[in-house]
Amino acid sequence: MVGALSGLNEHQVLFFALVFLAGLVAGLVGALVGLGGGVFVVPILTLAFGLPFPVAAGASIVSVIATSSGAAAAYVRDHITNLRVGMFLEIATTIGALCGATLVAFLPTGVLFLMFGAVLLVSGVPLIVKHAEELPVGVRNDRLATTLALAGSYPDAQLGKEVHYQVTRTPLGFAMMYLAGLISGLLGIGSGVFKVLALDTAMRLPMKVSTTTSNFMIGVTAAASVGVYLARGQIDPLVAAPVALGVTLGAALGAKTLTRLTNTAIRRIFVVVLLLAAVEMFLHGLGVKL
Amino acid sequence: MAQRPENNDALVRQAEVVISFILRAGVVVSGVIIALGSLLYFIEAARQPHGPHATSHELTAIGGIAHALLTGDPLAIIMLGLILLLLTPVLRVIVSIGAFALERDWRYVAITSLVLIILIISFLLGKGGA
Repeated sequence: MVGALSGLNEHQVLFFALVFLAGLVAGLVGALVGLGGGVFVVPILTLAFGLPFPVAAGASIVSVIATSSGAAAAYVRDHITNLRVGMFLEIATTIGALCGATLVAFLPTGVLFLMFGAVLLVSGVPLIVKHAEELPVGVRNDRLATTLALAGSYPDAQLGKEVHYQVTRTPLGFAMMYLAGLISGLLGIGSGVFKVLALDTAMRLPMKVSTTTSNFMIGVTAAASVGVYLARGQIDPLVAAPVALGVTLGAALGAKTLTRLTNTAIRRIFVVVLLLAAVEMFLHGLGVKL
Repeated sequence: MAQRPENNDALVRQAEVVISFILRAGVVVSGVIIALGSLLYFIEAARQPHGPHATSHELTAIGGIAHALLTGDPLAIIMLGLILLLLTPVLRVIVSIGAFALERDWRYVAITSLVLIILIISFLLGKGGA
């Protein structure tokens, strides 16, 4: 086999293998904390491999959809994802993404990156304050949550019981999801971080339900801009292929890991990823194309 | 409906099984095609390093990909797998409409149909805009 490959550019094989590994890590972490891995994939492709930003962004959207579909297959089957919450809020994210993609030509994206970076940093504070909270306490359904039958339960293997939960501040969550969609349309990012914040901080779902429901939703938000990316030729098959394969495998591994972790552990990992995302947004806003 | 969640439980589980299956199928089928295309690409590249491949720019239109597929271009095979992967969430939304209809949960049939309509609009706009 080595002989047959002798004429092949070794760099291409090495590139494929390294991007596959990067995708594996992105898919694993992304599946745990409910985002698509673009926060890892984009800087690795631009900084380590020197690829142009549009190609990295195209690979990022592939990563988002692979993480979402790969992990959600397990989370939905295991009844951890809240399907109703996800489906209802997808209205907000897809309309937001559509508005964002339309507005992108008229708004200064540099300033937007700085603004949203600041929003992310501020949103990290309540997470750090309640980092030790394993399950939300004293949450009561609001009217919309009752009307739409949003409350649910999930089996927590770590706690060894079925956890019943209610859902609050649904209109605020809906508004935040619109913003999350708007950001992904404007800035070409998956905005899973904003989705987890809406589900966890605003609607007070248990952390595992928040990350898995965000994971379920990001695929559809990203799908809203797939047409644009394909038409612009931003999906480079030789970059996207190793990303897709690595992320899919990583997401499957992540989905197996989630049930064994505590909600507190997942929140801690999420805070670290949130800080990373905020830093990236700041740098991007300052003109550093990560 | 909200008033009788217990009755609905089995049906909800059924919807979950169907949606989970669609997601898994999308990921596995596209993954196999992408892996196959990548393997073919490396085999071909080893034989003729500067072989005639369609550029990614030619692979932006569905017609271009279909044409390149007929010639057995590995990059077109990868693109086919990638497009299947990228369409999996849309397929999931379509199947969800059917799953909620089986539950006779018309409110969620309406909600999910609305999501599908927005997705279709965004696809159409994306194509026209570029």
